[in-house]
Amino acid sequence: MAAEEEASRPFAGLSDVSISEDIPVEGDISVPVGPSRTDEEFSTLDEPVKETVLRDLRAVGNKFIHVLYPRRSSALLRDWDLWGPLLLCVTLALLLQDGTADSDLEGGPQFAEVFVIVWFGSIIITLNSKLLGGTLSFFQSLCVLGYCILPLTVAMVVCRVVLLGASGTVSFVVRLVVVTASFGWSTFASTAFLSDSQPANRRALVVYPVFLFYFVIGWMVLTFSPLKREP
Amino acid sequence: MASPNDLKFEELEGAVQLLSDDSAASTLSLSRAPTTPAEGPDVKVDLSEDEHAQEESAELLGGQKHGGGFWTFEYYQSFFNVDTTQVLERVKGSVMPSPGRSFLKHYVRTSPDLYGPFWICVTLVFSMAISGNLSTFLSQTGNPEYHYRPQFHRVTIAAAVIFMYAWLVPVALWGFLTWRRGAERQIGGYSFLETVCVYGYSLFIYIPTSVLWSIPVQWLQWILVLVSMGVSGSVLVLTFWPIVRDDSKVMAAATLATILVLHTLLAVGCKLYFFQASEKLDPSPTSKPIHASATTRIL
Repeated sequence: MAAEEEASRPFAGLSDVSISEDIPVEGDISVPVGPSRTDEEFSTLDEPVKETVLRDLRAVGNKFIHVLYPRRSSALLRDWDLWGPLLLCVTLALLLQDGTADSDLEGGPQFAEVFVIVWFGSIIITLNSKLLGGTLSFFQSLCVLGYCILPLTVAMVVCRVVLLGASGTVSFVVRLVVVTASFGWSTFASTAFLSDSQPANRRALVVYPVFLFYFVIGWMVLTFSPLKREP
Repeated sequence: MASPNDLKFEELEGAVQLLSDDSAASTLSLSRAPTTPAEGPDVKVDLSEDEHAQEESAELLGGQKHGGGFWTFEYYQSFFNVDTTQVLERVKGSVMPSPGRSFLKHYVRTSPDLYGPFWICVTLVFSMAISGNLSTFLSQTGNPEYHYRPQFHRVTIAAAVIFMYAWLVPVALWGFLTWRRGAERQIGGYSFLETVCVYGYSLFIYIPTSVLWSIPVQWLQWILVLVSMGVSGSVLVLTFWPIVRDDSKVMAAATLATILVLHTLLAVGCKLYFFQASEKLDPSPTSKPIHASATTRIL
């Protein structure tokens, strides 16, 4: 009994404590009103437009560099975006226009045809690799395939420059070499990113459509031939 | 009353005779006949109805378990359940048909896939268009009037023709064969997926053929047409013969003839459209000189 009383004594006083109207609770709860550091990072509404545009351009440029020098890095995969592929596709499609009239049925690909081949080709290859059991997400795969068109776009620019100068056999050989090199570069760069995500016994099944895709784009670049303009 | 029973016993004796002749025959009804002879036929029908129900779902899907409904991703993943070695084996089998072996039974029965047919069709579209363009260019090299054109519209046309052939003809054939087998629904039928698979792989031989067609030599091109038609036609015929021979002779011959005729039309049509050695280019002011130079270069 005594022990119990002693034991209960430390708590005995507490039974008298009541947090109610007898003892008013006062204090100061102050919330920082000014803009805090973490708030600034999420709200980009107040920054100048130039800053916003430059940030995205820098991200795109960073990925271009990763494509040109393919290393083991996850920059393309982690922060995927589709601005770069769009930019490249539009540039390529514009460069493949040779300004002939629409009635010339035998000409090169129209703007819409290039668009369809690039985007639907990428979507189909992405679906194919996912159906075969790949681990990359849909947009990551689209991002990689789109960015790896960069070498072929550079080759297109080079081809157009070469065609301004001459259009005989020598220029054809030069263009062939340039297009073949950039086709190999594109395929190598994209398989460096894509092949890790596939099971080993199906890797070739995934790489072949990528090879076909860049081969077709390379053929379109190589066979570009503007009509001779009458002087 | 006595005569039906006597008849029944006679039937049983005949059945016993049959059983002793061919002991391997499955005789479900016979095993139950001694106890309840009147119910023998009914029992047989019930069991076979169960089998029919199972066979229906199995037939449509090629006898495989397909995960999920058709709205799930796993359902379509089951169509791509192949390895590199399997695809290569199937391609090899389509190029080297042997008379005793049906392509389907030997290679595809375990797991029909859609990877092969789809990518073979895509490759064929581009190889036809590119080789056709190349053959036009090669046949005009001596002509100073000729200005090279990429002829990109051929890709669209090739895509339409080849995809329609590789997907609509199997649908029609499968529908026709299923209708002919009618109510008997035997296990020997091919599922839709297997039909598409066989047609897709049979088109593989045309890929190297189209590359070789770019050589602008007429007689070589026609020899290639015959060889490739022979190979892929025989793959199709050997595959569909076991199904069709159960039918009446006329229908069997007609079905196989239709398969071969459509295949011939595809091969010859593609050859004539994409690989014209004697050029009939677009009507332009320079067409007359081109004709003259073409006729002087008769190969």
